[in-house]
Amino acid sequence: MPDWLPRRRAKNEPAEDAATWSKCPKCSEVLYRRDLAANLWVCPRCGHHFRMSAVDRINITVDGDFKEIGADVLPGDPLEWVDKKKYAAKLAGDREKSQLSEAVICGIGKIGGFETAIGVMDFHFRGGTMGTVVGERIAMLLERARDLRLPCVIFTASGGARMEEGMLALMQLAKTTAAVARYREDGNFLVTVLTDPTTGGVSASFAFQADVIAAEPKAMIGFAGRRVIEQTIRQKLPDQFQTAEFLLEKGHIDMVVPRADLKAMLTRLLDYAAAGRSRTAAS
Amino acid sequence: MNLIVERERGLLELEKRIAELREANAAQSLDLSSEIRALEEKYSQIQREIFGSMTPWQKVHMARHPNRPTASDYIAEFAQFDELHGDRHFRDDHAIVGGFAKLGERAVMVIAQQRGRDTKENLRRNFGMPSPEGYRKVQRLAHLASHLGLPIVTFVDTKGADPGIGSEERAQSEAIAACLYEFTIARVPIVATVIGEGGSGGALALSIADRIIMLEHSYYSVASPEGCAAILWSDASKAEEAAARLKLTAQDLLQFGIADEIVPEPTGGAHRDPAGTISRVLKNISDALGELSSLPAAQLKEARYQKYRRIGAWQTERLETVKTGP
Repeated sequence: MPDWLPRRRAKNEPAEDAATWSKCPKCSEVLYRRDLAANLWVCPRCGHHFRMSAVDRINITVDGDFKEIGADVLPGDPLEWVDKKKYAAKLAGDREKSQLSEAVICGIGKIGGFETAIGVMDFHFRGGTMGTVVGERIAMLLERARDLRLPCVIFTASGGARMEEGMLALMQLAKTTAAVARYREDGNFLVTVLTDPTTGGVSASFAFQADVIAAEPKAMIGFAGRRVIEQTIRQKLPDQFQTAEFLLEKGHIDMVVPRADLKAMLTRLLDYAAAGRSRTAAS
Repeated sequence: MNLIVERERGLLELEKRIAELREANAAQSLDLSSEIRALEEKYSQIQREIFGSMTPWQKVHMARHPNRPTASDYIAEFAQFDELHGDRHFRDDHAIVGGFAKLGERAVMVIAQQRGRDTKENLRRNFGMPSPEGYRKVQRLAHLASHLGLPIVTFVDTKGADPGIGSEERAQSEAIAACLYEFTIARVPIVATVIGEGGSGGALALSIADRIIMLEHSYYSVASPEGCAAILWSDASKAEEAAARLKLTAQDLLQFGIADEIVPEPTGGAHRDPAGTISRVLKNISDALGELSSLPAAQLKEARYQKYRRIGAWQTERLETVKTGP
């Protein structure tokens, strides 16, 4: 385990007994959490891929240490937002619940031996919504990756732009796009891994601007949310609609990769890119 | 029902009566000028009351006014326009209108979202909500403009991108993401004008620009007030409150540094004087293009990068939970 992980977790390790059992939302199997973790948060009975925490994702993806970027960039409250609750209170609750300071962790680490810039979104913080901090951290990651000429892998999980930050949130689509464009125009390699769910502003920006787009099985991916579409057309959508498999069939993504095979696949992709790059460098 | 349409109904009646009196005054030898003056005073008083300080929610309704000038009304005032059609893949989306044009002497590529002016046209134009093929047309025209070195002029007026089954099947997300990318790397000046509704990502796809102009009563929002209310309040009737909280007016966006300039509208809204409004807007676009066209492509792109790179509000203090060590 990279040594930064225990540091992050030491403060608020959940009491063992409180979090011993989890129920699979698909097949209702009751699972012992330790077994679930050992199986990469995939239900051993039905294969359902649980939504992962960013910390766990980094732990199962990165070889050794992970140097975080932008950890000190933290959310403000530019609109002094209040709906049923204050935005500040929602942020505090999410920090407590997820042990994260925002909906993405970015940094540099190795995947299968390849030094890589890595971004991991976490749905447990404000539904993975992209506000200023998510946009800023993703942009910082891509800028660093560009400077260091590193490949970049971003795991997405997001309900879209964060409404509590209004237009400043929408503008993060523009900011991340600017960073992706500058990074890619320099001949760098961006991979996105779309996890459940990836919708709205994140799918309409960097998630679908990558060179290779992979997705986890059954992940819900789309622009408009299912509910919005059903309300618009006034009928129920088929179960398969907007799943990773549906997108693969329609030609929107490159591959659907089960979590158990994901690290090996990323390693192979990084290997191809490195081979192409060394050829460019030699010419 | 549109709030503004409702509120201006009394005013329109008053206007009609004033016109009738004027006619009578001219035709007969009867002197009605004092009555006319009284009515006119009353008229302007009511007008001030209604339109003097509009709430964000009223502005949203003004932006949606059925008689508000649409993109094609603006394009009609260009010296020349030759429409280009289709995305080369699937079909021609009528919610997007674009092509070569001349604004005065200057050749440009104009790209616009076009809503309908009546039910029939709205059906053809999908209420101004573009589908993926529309955004692919946008991307194609922006690419062509950059290739030829023609500045890009866009008009933004959409509730949002189409949220239907077909749009998802044809990758609405990718189509919008590709537009954002194309506008970001374009080597030519881009001037975007929000003339009515700026609905979320569907509007952003036409408005990554070097200069963003907004009409006084247009709005631009991360989500529609109705959608935001439904999600965050679980109550669509909170749309008015959401509109106020979202900071979506042209004046708000000028403060955020997202909009660069605001074009004033006549009292009562752009539809009360379309010709005047349109000519003011086109003048501002021309002026902006004049300033931007002298910049070399690299400098233009760098300035565009820095503009979007800066937008946002965050703090940089260290939280307990991310601190190192026990």
